[in-house]
Amino acid sequence: MSENKIITKDLNLYYGENHALKNINMEIKDKAITAFIGPSGCGKSTFLKTLNRMNDLIDNVRIEGTVLLDGENVYDEKVDTTLLRKKVGMVFQQPNPFPMSIYDNIAYGPRIHGVKSKEQLDEIVERSLKGAAIFDEVKDRLKKSALGLSGGQQQRLCIARALAVEPEVLLMDEPTSALDPISTLKIEDLMGELKEKYTVAVVTHNMQQAARISDYTAFFLVGEVIEYSETDVLFTRPKEKKTEDYITGRFG
Amino acid sequence: MTPRISFEHQLEALNDNLVEMGQYVEKSIDQIFKALETMDIELAKEVMEGDDTVDDMEKGIEAQSLALITRQQPVARDLRMVSTALKVVTDMERIGDHAADIAEIIVRFEHADFYHLSKQVPKMIEATKKMVHDSLNAFIKRDVKAAGEIMKQDDIIDGLFDKIKTEIISLLQGGNQNADYCVDVLMIAKYLERIGDHAVNICEWTIFEEKGTIDNIRVL
Repeated sequence: MSENKIITKDLNLYYGENHALKNINMEIKDKAITAFIGPSGCGKSTFLKTLNRMNDLIDNVRIEGTVLLDGENVYDEKVDTTLLRKKVGMVFQQPNPFPMSIYDNIAYGPRIHGVKSKEQLDEIVERSLKGAAIFDEVKDRLKKSALGLSGGQQQRLCIARALAVEPEVLLMDEPTSALDPISTLKIEDLMGELKEKYTVAVVTHNMQQAARISDYTAFFLVGEVIEYSETDVLFTRPKEKKTEDYITGRFG
Repeated sequence: MTPRISFEHQLEALNDNLVEMGQYVEKSIDQIFKALETMDIELAKEVMEGDDTVDDMEKGIEAQSLALITRQQPVARDLRMVSTALKVVTDMERIGDHAADIAEIIVRFEHADFYHLSKQVPKMIEATKKMVHDSLNAFIKRDVKAAGEIMKQDDIIDGLFDKIKTEIISLLQGGNQNADYCVDVLMIAKYLERIGDHAVNICEWTIFEEKGTIDNIRVL
């Protein structure tokens, strides 16, 4: 059993009057993939974003409770959100490469964090692209625009960009829902490699994907975690009827 | 209300076919025991011919189950149901096979009174018939508690088999009986004993479908 990387305690989130997350108490294991599933509007993406304070950017949001990253509350006043997001990187549904070269996309983060040496940047770019299983496909066109890549390649580039700042946790919000099946399988394979080094939390609408790739799965419904357990258990013998109804497709 | 209407229908169809196969196998068992009692060769032949139907039903259910796995990716209780279907058909089919095996002996056999060679044979037939009926019934009704109880009936069948074996050995040693005849009766007893084992398996699959365990060991 691996260690807990993130622990949330009595986490509540309100969008104005809307109570979007209700008393979430969850332990996210280090160096494992945790999947969040549930119908649209259940709070899974909102929860994911609380882990690196992406919800801070939204007006009218109120958050109560704590999110402990290695025991430190990320909502503590003294936390620098830029450094937090360096530690807890994020990949979104739509690949969003910057309109610049492949190389500069990857070097962007390290440069912001003060890396200037070309040699060092070269090394980071190569290592990150290799880490995202895309280096061989782009090594001869690093100076070309990232926008010329296919959707699947762009998404792996975005993963490489997240890896470039040496995060500890990777949050992925439906990372393959805009991709074709082959690109999806490549990302899924890559996630299997990433969990050797990083803690991965992924929101997915694709239950088979959660079953294929994750070690733990949490089922969200109307802002609550209905059930959270090892993926093998949740998909074979869920304890809660609501979970069973959802995963078997009987949730009307 | 389920959004997976076609999936529900496919699961229902699978279950209907399992029930139909169970009923067919039970009918074969009833017929073969009747044929044994009355030495009705025509009825025995009917059971032999019916074995092809059982084989076809088995293949049909296997194809249906594999198509469901491929196309619907069942999980949780649906996965247990489909995997149970894949396993339980084998036991039903074997029971059908053994009924046909006994039918062959009846058709080949010329001694009309072998049913009474051992007093244990009618008892063993009765016990086997009851166990097949009870286990299929428990499976069809998904009665886990009953399945757990019915499994114990196999001890009775096994005990009767041992008795018949001992009797046959002493008959053979006495030298007054036709050896072929004795061996055929022993074969029939062995088939009955195997039918009992398959009935135990049907009970185990009934429990597995509900709990995901076999012999209290977690397999799903």
